[in-house]
Amino acid sequence: MSQFRQCPDTGLFFHKPAESLMKANAVAGAVCLLIGGILGLLVILTRWPAVHLLPADAFYMVLTAHGITCLIFWIIFFEMAILYFAGSTLLRSRLATPRWAWAGFVLMIVGVISTLTAIFQGGSSVMMTSYVPMPAAPHFYLGLILFAVGALIGCFVFLGTLVVAKNEKTYEGSIPLVTFGALTACIIAIFTIASGAEILIPTFLWSVGYISHIDAAMYRVIWWALGHSSQQINVSAHVAVWYLIAGVLFGARPMSEKVSRAAYLLYILFLQLASAHHLLTDPGISSDWKIFNTSYAMYLAVLASMIHGLTVPGAIEVAQRNKGLTNGMFEWLRKAPWGNPVFSGMFISLIGFGFLGGISGVVMGTEQISIIIHNTIYVPGHFHATVVVGTTLAWMALTYLLIPVLFRRKMILPGLAKWQPYLFGGGMSIVAIFHMAAGTLGVARRHWDMGFAGNPLGFEYPGTAYLLMGIAGVGGVIAVIGGAAYLLITVGSLLFGEKLDASAGILQSFGVPLADSVYSTEKPERLPMAPAEAVEGHGDSGFEAPGTFVLAMVLLVSFVVYYFINWKYLSEVWPLS
Amino acid sequence: MTSFMPPAQRIWWKVPVGRQEIVWILIALVWCLIMFFMMPYWHVYGKQNISNEAYQTTPAKYQAKVQAMIDKYKVREETAQKIPVVAPPAGSDVYLLARLWQWYPMLELEKDKSYRLHISSMDWNHGFSLQPVNINMQIVPGYEMVVTVTPDKSGEYTIVCNEYCGIMHHTMLGKIWVK
Repeated sequence: MSQFRQCPDTGLFFHKPAESLMKANAVAGAVCLLIGGILGLLVILTRWPAVHLLPADAFYMVLTAHGITCLIFWIIFFEMAILYFAGSTLLRSRLATPRWAWAGFVLMIVGVISTLTAIFQGGSSVMMTSYVPMPAAPHFYLGLILFAVGALIGCFVFLGTLVVAKNEKTYEGSIPLVTFGALTACIIAIFTIASGAEILIPTFLWSVGYISHIDAAMYRVIWWALGHSSQQINVSAHVAVWYLIAGVLFGARPMSEKVSRAAYLLYILFLQLASAHHLLTDPGISSDWKIFNTSYAMYLAVLASMIHGLTVPGAIEVAQRNKGLTNGMFEWLRKAPWGNPVFSGMFISLIGFGFLGGISGVVMGTEQISIIIHNTIYVPGHFHATVVVGTTLAWMALTYLLIPVLFRRKMILPGLAKWQPYLFGGGMSIVAIFHMAAGTLGVARRHWDMGFAGNPLGFEYPGTAYLLMGIAGVGGVIAVIGGAAYLLITVGSLLFGEKLDASAGILQSFGVPLADSVYSTEKPERLPMAPAEAVEGHGDSGFEAPGTFVLAMVLLVSFVVYYFINWKYLSEVWPLS
Repeated sequence: MTSFMPPAQRIWWKVPVGRQEIVWILIALVWCLIMFFMMPYWHVYGKQNISNEAYQTTPAKYQAKVQAMIDKYKVREETAQKIPVVAPPAGSDVYLLARLWQWYPMLELEKDKSYRLHISSMDWNHGFSLQPVNINMQIVPGYEMVVTVTPDKSGEYTIVCNEYCGIMHHTMLGKIWVK
């Protein structure tokens, strides 16, 4: 029986079981984003000093749930969809062991329910990090373990699919760059999940009484090999999504396959060392260890991100220039499709991740500078730039691409969709920038009352800090409106969008395959290599993408200036040794 | 078109890299090395470094040290809870403990004098966040960290807890006066 359908618009081939899995994972992710977004609104409205919405106990509970739901559940469900897409669809291969993939999906769902139940029962307000010896309910840890095992199964299904594709010769030459990026994400994910198992399984056993003691410092070291590395999965995956969108919208080809893939290889080798970022002011860990690890062995993973920061927009610039947009430095960028949310989402994600998230991440991850930033609200500011403006917005941009292709529905509310990336990316950038600013004034993260009302010891942060937190609150509300617009557009399209295929009913939007007759291809034709370039080779004609080079230099100058400003701040605090 | 297709050249790793990318990679690499060497540089020439000195300890052992210091150097009490204020001599070992939801005791230090400040937690993780000067450190139960501090401005300083430590976390404050 034939198992493949070819998308009439894009020519992509979808394997029936893979298609259902992608839909189910993407929809599960969107549900998590809905929950997490509502929780996020409650958090930001409580940290907005003038509003201060929730009481303390509810705030800590909601904050715990917000972190886990957004940072782990939403992002990883969507990542599973990306792995299946990059493995099966892009390689024109059947998905290996779909039943295992479904088992993994079910485990992930059970995990989500278990952990969220534990949190909302009230006894597990321990924050995402759940540092021992602060205890949570056993089913809090158990849920996370089940979710991780499910994700691990998904990773192996992806790896199995690569093997199937290779054996069945579904493609010529090497795997595409986007699949290579997904493979990087998958490898980092396996490291991450193994670290998670190593610490969460003992912690679960401790919570039910089988283990008497877990060392609090060791917990932090191993937990962060889960906590930070899981964000590196996102980095690898959303860079792959940037390359994908550049390819789909502009026909952009990587400036150099070798450079882009080598940059991914640097991620695989060094990105996980970043767990040290969280331990820079911890007792009992030596400076040598901190310096080597926090710098990813001399910043080689930062180098990789700086390379992608040049090659992704550079590839777009080259493609645009080939189409004749050659006036000046930036005609290629000015005349880019800014009204297309696939492009604007992707490009805001790229800029936000690089300028806001990337620079701040390296600065705060400097051993000594951490002293003036550790556990202040600067930290949430930073990671809302990386995983929300960066990763989440990239997922949103990809969704707009997938609604017609994967779900076979026409997108509703195109006018709103045009604005959505600006609302979400703009609002969240405000959150990030103003939280970082408040953090430099010392405002604590994970803290219910920055005013310390009624405390006999009394303390007030500078008045500016209140203003900054208020502005961040406004940004948060704008971002939530942008997030709601995304959910409205996507869910609305899945339910009510014009059907591009007669059999694309409501159940089909949630994972049920289309009519059998649609799957008319038994085995797709082998995926050919990309057509050779008109002009072979580069290098002899100077800079191909001068505008991008200018942007990259702007990034570098901002980076250098901001980096040394923070050393200056540090030099003004009490001498410590 | 091609980021999601196999590379156009089968032997893609032999295709020469463009000049623009080489230049950027070199610039970025130099910057990465500068950032890397800033950290050891600051250990030698900078004044703000967290020491590598730390010991494993237990709440009982640590509390005994804190109590011994209070007995010796207590100068007064503050607030309705009668929290002792300690004025240890310059250069001495000063013991501060963190527990739910208190920094104990309060300290009186002299400006421009150095103290060996020991900090440990009696229960869960806490965050030492000294305001408004903005010095932040992670306090982990079972570990006693030792940092030599040299307050260089006089005034009243507040220790905020900035690691979430349960339902009353936001009430956990401490005081240091520098004279």
